[in-house]
Amino acid sequence: MACSHVPAIGAALDNGKSDEPYWQPLFRGFEPSKKWIAELKPDVVILVYNDHGSAFSLEMIPTFALGCAAEFPPADEGWGARPVPVVKGHPELAWHIAQSTILDEFDMTIVNKMEVDHGLTVPLSLMFGQPDAWPCPVIPLAVNVVQYPPPTGHRCYMLGKAIRKAVESFDRPLRVVIFGTGGMSHQLQGPRAGLINREFDTRFLDKLAADPQSLARLKHVEYVREAGSEGIEMVMWLIMRGALDDDAKEIYRFYHVPASNTAVGHMILENAHADVTVSGTHAPGAHAPRAHAPDATAPDVTLSLSKGERSS
Amino acid sequence: MTDDEAFEDIPGTLLFNADRSRKGYHLNMFCMSLMKPENRDAFRADEATYLAKYPMTPEQIQSILDRDWNRMLELGGNIYYTSKLAACDGLSFQQIAAIMTGSTQAEYADMMLHGGRPIDGNRSKSEWRDRG
Repeated sequence: MACSHVPAIGAALDNGKSDEPYWQPLFRGFEPSKKWIAELKPDVVILVYNDHGSAFSLEMIPTFALGCAAEFPPADEGWGARPVPVVKGHPELAWHIAQSTILDEFDMTIVNKMEVDHGLTVPLSLMFGQPDAWPCPVIPLAVNVVQYPPPTGHRCYMLGKAIRKAVESFDRPLRVVIFGTGGMSHQLQGPRAGLINREFDTRFLDKLAADPQSLARLKHVEYVREAGSEGIEMVMWLIMRGALDDDAKEIYRFYHVPASNTAVGHMILENAHADVTVSGTHAPGAHAPRAHAPDATAPDVTLSLSKGERSS
Repeated sequence: MTDDEAFEDIPGTLLFNADRSRKGYHLNMFCMSLMKPENRDAFRADEATYLAKYPMTPEQIQSILDRDWNRMLELGGNIYYTSKLAACDGLSFQQIAAIMTGSTQAEYADMMLHGGRPIDGNRSKSEWRDRG
């Protein structure tokens, strides 16, 4: 599942504004998704997001920080913590993922104490509503996208494959859903703030579903120029995408402008043989994707319009 | 064009790269301190005294006192940190975004409701120069 994590969405929910005309279309767009996940009843959610100067500051900037704690309190982001349940972790699976991905040559930071901000709690609210307790444990994976450079799209995509391998080699069958969050096009800073690029976002969603390998080659400068300085958060969606089969099927898509300064994008993808691959009921390691072998010769790709298209 | 040049060519946008992060470290860490209520109170009570605790340049201190949001970014501020100062002032992301773009709140909110700032004409500094 991929979705944006705009803080104003959390504020709208927390302040009872979700029925207002401004917010109604957005929350309506997530109704089918709430049904989908309620029926799926995941055992664990792995939630890829970025921290916004809440748990981390410029003192420490881990590129990939995996939450291995038993619980993660919502952060006070300057106006009091969101009134949402404490997020319960899944330490055994989280530690297993940490070990497995590190041995797969991803240098993860292991985090045993961490508050989680809107980047993590807004997607939970969008998918699970406003329960007294979140319905399943959540493993936070915080990715640096604030300090340049974030990890490349390709690195994110390959990390997704390594996470998939880790989940499949865990000694218990679990139904795992992975969330990639952030984006879509938005710019919060400077004189170009307010940028939205629907065309880029649409192509990004198309490629995320159908051609993630080439999308993984999209350069940082393309994200920043075309989707705004904060649009680069979308590299995190590639971690989610890498964890799924390359031929996974898009089963739902939603797009809405605006939520405050941001284009909200949302997609649900499922593996074709979800019973086998998502719940991990088969033998550990079977069908495990290779988490290496980057193709260094692949050409750069672009989602921007060609010159001819631009001038039309 | 190298990637570095391509980033610098994006109009109205400052990439928070190593140079800016190094330059803005104390400014951003000042903003970070406002996550704590007791620090917000101390800052509001006497801004200049509070700011003196952070080894910032006079220009950085002035940009904070002036609430010159674009200038803070030019001096190494990062929007996720300067937004903490905005929150301390009771301003939302959208309110400082409007200020940074030189629009009124109403104009900016209206632009967002109508699909946001378009990408056409906003890719390269040359397009902003041509526009005058």
